[in-house]
Amino acid sequence: MIDFVGKKRWFFLISGILIVAGIISLAVFGLKLGTDFASGTSMTLQFIPPVEQNSLAQAIDELGYGKITPQPEGEGNFRIHIRQITSEEADELAEELVKKLDSQVEIIAFYSVPPAVGAETAHNAIIAVIIAAVAMLLYIVWAFRRMPSPFRWGTCAIIALIHDVFIIVGIFSVLGGLAGVEIDALFITGLLAVVGYSINNTVVIFDRIRENVSRHISPDFAVTVNSSIVETLGRSLNTSLTTLFVILALFLFGGATIHNFVLVLLLGIIIGTYSSICISSQLLVVWEKREWSTLLPWAKRAV
Amino acid sequence: MRRGNVYLLIFILALVGFALWSVVPLDRNVFGREGLRLGLDLKGGIYLVYQADVSDIEPDNRDEIMKGVKGVIERRIDALGITEPTIEIQKQGEEYNIAISLPGVSETEKAKEMVGRVSLLEFREQDAGGNWTPAKGTVDDEELTLSSRYFKENTYITVDQFGRPLLVFEWNEIGAQLSQQITGRLVGKQLAIYLGDEPLRGADGNPIAPVVQSVITDKGQIEGLSLVDAQELSRLLNSGRIPVPLGRWVEKEGSNVFEPNIPYLEGITRPTLGAENIQKSIMAAVIGIVLLLLFMLVYYRLPGLVACLSLGIYGVVLLAIFKLIPVTLTLPGIAGFILSVGMAVDANVLIFERMKEELRGGRSLAAAVEAGFNRAWTAIRDSNITTFIACIILIWLGTTETLSAPMVSGFALTLLIGVALSMFTAIVITRTFLRLIIGSRTVSNLAAYGVKPVKTK
Repeated sequence: MIDFVGKKRWFFLISGILIVAGIISLAVFGLKLGTDFASGTSMTLQFIPPVEQNSLAQAIDELGYGKITPQPEGEGNFRIHIRQITSEEADELAEELVKKLDSQVEIIAFYSVPPAVGAETAHNAIIAVIIAAVAMLLYIVWAFRRMPSPFRWGTCAIIALIHDVFIIVGIFSVLGGLAGVEIDALFITGLLAVVGYSINNTVVIFDRIRENVSRHISPDFAVTVNSSIVETLGRSLNTSLTTLFVILALFLFGGATIHNFVLVLLLGIIIGTYSSICISSQLLVVWEKREWSTLLPWAKRAV
Repeated sequence: MRRGNVYLLIFILALVGFALWSVVPLDRNVFGREGLRLGLDLKGGIYLVYQADVSDIEPDNRDEIMKGVKGVIERRIDALGITEPTIEIQKQGEEYNIAISLPGVSETEKAKEMVGRVSLLEFREQDAGGNWTPAKGTVDDEELTLSSRYFKENTYITVDQFGRPLLVFEWNEIGAQLSQQITGRLVGKQLAIYLGDEPLRGADGNPIAPVVQSVITDKGQIEGLSLVDAQELSRLLNSGRIPVPLGRWVEKEGSNVFEPNIPYLEGITRPTLGAENIQKSIMAAVIGIVLLLLFMLVYYRLPGLVACLSLGIYGVVLLAIFKLIPVTLTLPGIAGFILSVGMAVDANVLIFERMKEELRGGRSLAAAVEAGFNRAWTAIRDSNITTFIACIILIWLGTTETLSAPMVSGFALTLLIGVALSMFTAIVITRTFLRLIIGSRTVSNLAAYGVKPVKTK
């Protein structure tokens, strides 16, 4: 039997490093906001023959549209996000680019969002996230009503949830800082869709722990928890695997337009599965055994 | 074979038959629904939002006037033969926006022109100084300018004996009175026609300013236009006039300035990109789903096969629902659909894992199936609640007026419908099939259920 509980320090260490790295990245780079939230114009340009990302960025800067990182989107296509312009101005910009880059340019997608709309979307997205957080919290309270100590179990599930969100947001902060990847309304959409997924996995495992506790399979809570994780492992992994198959196919072969959205789903499912198997139940054990202090690096290892 | 199962089987077969009938072929008309409705990101097209400058209109009349604007734009779009356009008035506080979505259209300029196009013909006469000033008359003590506002909306094109196009119009009651006064005093003089601030020009490029031959009361005709211009003008005149300026408010040097004819919000997807998106999504869906089915078959054997069958039914029924509601499919919507297929398997996995455990515990097949379903049901129900919560919140977020809104709500709606349906397929369809197979005693080898036979002690 795999000892998931015994390796908890390793899991906590890995997650801790990821979260801290994410927080540092957030402090340094922040998050790059897309047109949905930050307004402006974003367009997808098709170049025949293809051009270099750097030369495109340089050309756009020289034309007075500021320093940006064009996002590769499919073969020969780049998505750029600049200040708000009309589609007529965009056509002029495209003509200038033809001259500068010596490549045929076609605007295959164009979105222009005024500041008021961007602000409203950002505002609504924040409300959506808050409502979702409250709703998930209520769900957890309800789902854990039969557990031995609902508050404790609920808290562990929530910590796992926050863990997932921090890691995903952290990864997108790094991607934003290094590659100019932006977050948009679809990012929030993906995030909300997958955090639910992570809670589900946790609930299924916790449910099994509760069942096994009442069956008294072992006097040691850690052993009970571990066998619960192992018993539900088939279900946890298979569900995630089947979902991963389809999402991975979308990520590799699907349209470039929703590449980042699918990336959120992909990361969310992987991290959510990891946290429900390796983090949430282990937290439960630590709490039950009051081992918090032993998690600190300078604490003496219990032998 | 229990009676209940037979009824369920008949119900399932009827459902599948109905779903197949409404889905195949995809573009067939069923209950007035033609084909799957595709969003702008898949079909390509133009999305425009204009702000209306209603400052000159009495607050009480604004709702009515905006309805009129919508009607006019609808008629203009209809005249161009664009299918499935949507035109919406969005009232936000005191502000009115008009949102227009034109699927399949790629000529931005034409689309914008159609909306922004001035369609008021004004008649002008020359004053003493030689300037063209609006030709005015008095009706019911009110001084009015003679214009196409008083045309009946039944203008048409005909040709004279030389084959030249003529735009024929009829005056309404007020127009007839005005025309009688004005043409009465202008016999032998020129009457010019202006479109906005520009003179209307004929096929030869010269302004159209005919000499009045006689007093005109009921009917008139405009000569000299090219056929194309005459047709376009007739269409615009018949579709009516947009009574308020459409454009956008911008802040310039601290004050709000109205820029007419520039959309407030604009989104364009070229149909080629849309087609590429569809093709790639379908390929991704096929690859993903085939992998998933293979996995289910290899790992769960016979129940896996049953799950594949019910997944197939799931897919067909879901498509039928999308077509019949109808749900507008977007790229994230397809992702939602694919994700829901992945999640739909979840319910089956939960049940089969339970079943395997029960079989290993030495229960009989029939008992294991029942226990598997009964025990897994609460887990399935609970685990879908979070998805429902997320979807409902996202559908709300999708009501925000922004370009990605249809994408957000498209994803949430397809996922919501998909997950709800997946619970039904797992609980009703998979269970019925499994009961029937076990009831018929054709397959009783435990290996077929992915469990090593338990040695009897």
